[in-house]
Amino acid sequence: MKQIFARILTYFFILVAAFTIQTSVFYFFPLADITPNILLIVVVAAGLMRGRKAGIIVGFFAGLLMDIFFGEYLGAYAFIYMIFGFVNGFFNHMFYAEEPVFPIMMIGVNDLVYGVIIYLIFYFMRNKWNFLFYVRRIILPEAVYTLIAALVFYFLILWIDNKLRAYEKRSV
Amino acid sequence: MRGKKNFELTPKSLLIIFTALCAILLGISAAAGDKQTPLSNISSSIIMPMQKGINGIGNWVIDKFSAFENIRDLQEENEKLSQKVNELTMQNRTLQQDRYELDRLRELYQLSEKYSDYPTVGARVIGKGAGNWFRVFLIDKGSDDGIKVNMNVIADGALVGIVTETGDNWSKVKTIIDDTSSVSAMFLETQDTCMVKGNQESIEDGYIDVEHISKDSKVKEGAELVTSNISSKYLEGISIGHVSDIKLDNTKLTKTAKVTPVVDFKHLQEVLVITELKEVPDISNE
Repeated sequence: MKQIFARILTYFFILVAAFTIQTSVFYFFPLADITPNILLIVVVAAGLMRGRKAGIIVGFFAGLLMDIFFGEYLGAYAFIYMIFGFVNGFFNHMFYAEEPVFPIMMIGVNDLVYGVIIYLIFYFMRNKWNFLFYVRRIILPEAVYTLIAALVFYFLILWIDNKLRAYEKRSV
Repeated sequence: MRGKKNFELTPKSLLIIFTALCAILLGISAAAGDKQTPLSNISSSIIMPMQKGINGIGNWVIDKFSAFENIRDLQEENEKLSQKVNELTMQNRTLQQDRYELDRLRELYQLSEKYSDYPTVGARVIGKGAGNWFRVFLIDKGSDDGIKVNMNVIADGALVGIVTETGDNWSKVKTIIDDTSSVSAMFLETQDTCMVKGNQESIEDGYIDVEHISKDSKVKEGAELVTSNISSKYLEGISIGHVSDIKLDNTKLTKTAKVTPVVDFKHLQEVLVITELKEVPDISNE
């Protein structure tokens, strides 16, 4: 029980911090008017490190934060991020804490897919057909920037997660 | 760890539960419109202070950096500006005279001053929309400061956007360059009405699309565009920008144009919220 509580609390703080950083720090330092998707980094990392169930829960709450502050309807981003967490959970068996290339690449790939999905849901449906423009202007730059941000934030999350695991082992 | 328990949810059933939760939330929020404040307020009371803190640090750092940057530029600019001040003082004087005349004439016609001072509240931009797709931002004033949904937001004396959601001490503003924004507008000179539609592709080149201008309209390049009197949410006569590139659209029934906004949307730090609401029953589909 204590471990579960610690886990919830830890990921809660990671999410809130990620959201705050994404919406305020990078407001000051946007590259080409683009901000990296830190929340997605957290969701992908949670899915890879902890499996499908953690991915679902972390993804859901990450999306919920987006919905509360910036979404039109509650639940839309929650669902999208949840699916991302869930799908990444399938790659849990390929994850090794000592091997950072795979998870970081996954974060980049995920952000590309995320961009395409957001385009399809929120733009294609409203008759905005210039897909290449959005790829060039938003999807690609965001993926690159997120990849760069992942170099820092992924290791930060990994470090926190390791501390958490150590704590969980001790209290068993 | 958790395997020791008697019952264990499989990932799939967890996914189904949370999907159902999403569907319920979607249903509720679609039905309730913009009444999601309890949840927003709880989460914002956690995140707002952090955002404010980080913003404070960010502003400080940027100030320090830019202070060193260009003292020479500043001197040059100072010279130019003092010249400009002189020019403007002169201009101001003539304008003031015109103004007295206008007041007198208005009194004669018993016209009320239509576009004059709306009551405003200053607010600071404390967060940009998460993600790069929509142009939404947060300000640090909310319902406690008298901000209500649909209040107009201005900066540099021109339209920025509209409040779409409020919490106790924060509000969400949708800018007119947001991809889903559309504002009913008119030309100051000819009074032709039109729609100003946010478009991600256009703002890239620094303008906003203008649609549905009557094809007989005699609007010229450079004409000033303001919010229209028939808009249901936007107060009348707030400046938007200057038009260019007016042309007949493909259907040959209306004209389209581009408007260069007065507001610099990339560097918004402080905005003014007009605390007067336009109380009009919504008959048009805006």
